This record gives sequence, structure tokens and C-alpha cells, in this order.
Amino acid sequence: MSDANEAANEPIAVIRTPISLDYHYSAGQSASRFLRAIAQGKLLGQKCPVDGRVYFPSRGACPQHGVTFGDEVVELSDKGTVVTFSIVRVPSENIPLELPYITINVLLDGADTILIHVLDAKLEDVRMGMRVQAVWKPKEEWTTSTANILYFRPIDEPDASYDSYKEHI
Amino acid sequence: MSPTLEKALTAPHKLEYTYKRSLGPVLSPFFTALRDRRILGVKRRDGRVMVPPKEYDPDTSESLDELVEVSDEGVVTSWSWVATPRRQQPLDRPFAYALVKLDGADTAFLHVVDAGDEGNMETGMRVKARWADETTGMITDFVFVPA
Ligand SMILES: [Zn+2]
Repeated sequence: MSDANEAANEPIAVIRTPISLDYHYSAGQSASRFLRAIAQGKLLGQKCPVDGRVYFPSRGACPQHGVTFGDEVVELSDKGTVVTFSIVRVPSENIPLELPYITINVLLDGADTILIHVLDAKLEDVRMGMRVQAVWKPKEEWTTSTANILYFRPIDEPDASYDSYKEHI
Repeated sequence: MSPTLEKALTAPHKLEYTYKRSLGPVLSPFFTALRDRRILGVKRRDGRVMVPPKEYDPDTSESLDELVEVSDEGVVTSWSWVATPRRQQPLDRPFAYALVKLDGADTAFLHVVDAGDEGNMETGMRVKARWADETTGMITDFVFVPA
């Protein structure tokens, strides 16, 4: 596996020393419910019983108050508001998108936490407050995976007010 | 509390760090020599030879660069038997990890002894390198076997 040393007479200057950790991941009750719902095209959040904030994706407990969320879920819209964005010009191994592309922090309608995703839009159009909507895979390809949402795209709605998302910047 | 427990979803999750190491002026010749089925050490100012070579003297911190070839045979100074090898360990059958002091070296280094059976292992035993048919300049180019 000593690459870059193809020529048998070249000194070996570099070796590959990959480390691979094989986990068997258990999603737990709350994330499993979230994933089963997304297989039906539904986006589930959960409401904190202390302050009423809606966390998305749903999880077992409030990271701020340490209380369990129980069984109550909140179904969220797949529309939201771009809170911040970044234009990516450097490739990553696991992201098969053509460069440059746009990543967004999107605040889904009804949620109080942001989701990081990608936006299919012209670079010159993206802006804070822009209204966007999820573009899903064809229904027959849905699985218990967040990859059911391919990306977001702009929708024809007036920009959200700065006050509506400023606390998430 | 959740009265409606469902079976939690599970999935394989592989985390990989695809490191490449730049070898530098001492380890590059060491690995290059392995490809030629030779083992190099580095000589300290007092004449002692360290295998594998290090770039700096562990006592004085002087930088070292005098590489010398040592034998690919030596003596087991300590060992531990691996009865049930795990995936990603060097051999898929029981083997020993041993500290081996090669002839011409003053330090022992940790490597595999393919001894077949724990009963064939003994501190002080002689071992020799068994080289791969095709060497690539990796430490896995050889294992030790009883000499
Ligand atoms: Zn809370």
C-alpha cells in the first residue's frame, strides 16, 4: 500500500497508515422514531417541556435542561429560512457535489434549532433570510435515512425578517 | 418516560482516518531497504545501534543519520502469545508479538513471530526474517520465524 512509490527504484518517502474504526451504531429510541418518520417523508422534532423550544431532529433529552422529552413529537414543515450560508470551493471526499456549492444553516418552520444542508441555487442569489424548501428523493427510494432529502432549493416567498432568525446566527 | 418502546434502529458505522505519513531522512531509507529485504538501524555517537532507526538520540537529543545494516536474524528478548488474533492484526492464525534483538543491533524491536504454536516460543530463542514474495517497503514485508 505504499503509494506514490510506483517506480521500484524510487526511495519510499511516504507510507499510508489508515486507521479504520468499525462501529455498530444504535440510534436509540428517539432517533429511531425520527428515522422511521423520515422514511414516511415526515420531519419530527421534539418540544422541551421546560421552555417549549422545538429541537430537530428529535432526540431523547434536552441538552440545555437535561429533561427527557417523552413521547410528544412535533411534525415540522420541510420549508425553512436560510440563517447563514457558506460557499464551498474545496472538495471533500464524501460529498459528491460539483464545486462550488452552497451549504446552509436552515431553520425549518416550527423548529428552534438549525439544520445544516446544501442549497441548490445560484451563488449570487443566496442570502440570509432566503426562503427554501427540501427537495426529496423519489418516494420509492425513501429509507430510514436523512439522505431522503437531497438538498434545499429556493422558493418564491418573501425573505424572512431578520428578527425571526437572528438568535440562530 | 416512553411507554411505547420499539426496537432501536442500528447500522454499521465506519470511521476512517486516511493518514499518509511522510517518512523523513531516517525512516525513508529504513522502509526503502525493507523493499530490498534489508534491515537498517541507526548508529548513535557511542556506537550503539538502534533498530528501527530513530532520528534523534533518546539521551542526548542529537540528530542521527548514520544508517547501518543489521542482520535479519536475532534473539527473542520477550514475547507474548496472541491465541485468538483479531481482525486487522498481522496474521489470521495464532502468533507471538515479540521483542527481537537483531544481530548487530543494541535494541530490540516489536514484531510478529509466526511460530505456529505457543510451545515453540521461548525467551532467548533465535529467529530469522521470512520475507514476503513481493516486498513493497512496509513493515509487513516480513515476519520472524524460529531460526
Ligand atoms: Zn430544554
